[in-house]
Amino acid sequence: MRTTTPSQDFIRGIWNENPVLIQMLGLCPALAVTNSVANALAMSAATFFVICCSSILISAFKQFIPSEVRISAYILVIATFVTLADMLLQAYAPAQHKELGAFIALIVVNCMILGRQEAFSAKNNVFRSLLDAMGTGIGFTIALVMMGGFREMLGTGSFLGVSLFGPNFEPWVIMVLPAGGFLTLGFILLAMGYFEQRKKAKEALTAEASS
Amino acid sequence: MSEDGKDINIKVEDSATTESQETPPKKEVSSFRLVATLAIAGALAGLLIVSVNQHTKPIIDKYKAEQLQIAVYEVLPGAEHYNTFYLVNDELSLTLPENAKESEYKRIYVGYDASGKVNGVAISRGEPGFQDIVQVIFGFDPSSGKLSGMKILDSKETPGLGDKIFKDMAFVEQFFAGPETPLLGVKIGAGKGQPNEIDMITGATISSKVVIRIINHALEEWTPVIDKGIPPAPTSSTETSVDTLADQEAPQ
Repeated sequence: MRTTTPSQDFIRGIWNENPVLIQMLGLCPALAVTNSVANALAMSAATFFVICCSSILISAFKQFIPSEVRISAYILVIATFVTLADMLLQAYAPAQHKELGAFIALIVVNCMILGRQEAFSAKNNVFRSLLDAMGTGIGFTIALVMMGGFREMLGTGSFLGVSLFGPNFEPWVIMVLPAGGFLTLGFILLAMGYFEQRKKAKEALTAEASS
Repeated sequence: MSEDGKDINIKVEDSATTESQETPPKKEVSSFRLVATLAIAGALAGLLIVSVNQHTKPIIDKYKAEQLQIAVYEVLPGAEHYNTFYLVNDELSLTLPENAKESEYKRIYVGYDASGKVNGVAISRGEPGFQDIVQVIFGFDPSSGKLSGMKILDSKETPGLGDKIFKDMAFVEQFFAGPETPLLGVKIGAGKGQPNEIDMITGATISSKVVIRIINHALEEWTPVIDKGIPPAPTSSTETSVDTLADQEAPQ
């Protein structure tokens, strides 16, 4: 019956089905809080915590949740963990909490998390669900740090707060503004699409040559 | 998995998650069970949140009190200790009426130098900025009318532009250089050398204006009250919570 191995469950979310870059889920935080690498990391950490805890709990209790109310139950579980993450961040990382502001609370409506519960945790055991959640969380982190890296490098000329180009660099202010988020995401997707196309064309060519 | 469940399933499912399963004939679930499931889950969630909140709230409150305390000493250079005065019936008072909620009263922080004389007043005020409320605390010497410092306590101004109101030290230092009040914001280079001029930040004019406006409004509101006189306060430690914090730091 099962067509994937545990390692596939884990890897899938990181690359082949990257939540942001391939599935186009969770774009709101990916656009909103990636104006610096530090913010992208804090957001990813909070999301990672929420998706892992929710996946464990939901796959463990999947028999007890009637399917008629499962979405409400999932949201309830996710919202609980988001509130916990919010309070813990405020207590132990107040500087990042201040930067992220309302976006922490908005993790509740991140469709990437709800999507993994509905598509995977509700049908698989705890171990597999945790692997899937970790893979998705890491994929989300990669996408956010990539965007945060580009935007911080061009927008403020630094990486994780360390100045890269010296004092004469004129920052591209637009890159740290919301518009910069759309531009960055657009160019990353463009690059990915270009390489995907080349890869397909190459495969077609080799297939033609061998036949 | 019920049929309507499959309709809602998101489309990005991969081969692993769309295993072909024989849908077993499903029994009708009673509505009582639906309500009970959510009620129990909700109660457990509430319990979890309350218990974590019990743990984190003191840490968060302590952090906020510390931040405020640091800010008061920052904007009142030379202050040895300070007292919190509340506005009760248009007069300054160290104590609140009985059964009063502390958070409902406006307050100022009066700083004293080593000899116990008043050396400045710190006022905190928030007004809408470019994005959200900007919360400013500033120090002010009532005898000369000059500012002694300014600090942004909270703001969500645009990163890279508006946040220069606390990241651009050239802007911030102007408030520590003792400008006279009311403040007047001018474009860089357009000033006439008046002692109440503040050079605004290029590209962050709105945010700079907000800071200046907040300080001027706060002074308009509080100057009449302060001019009535600041009641004498005991120089030893008072019972206010922030002062107990201050005393812990000072070597006894």
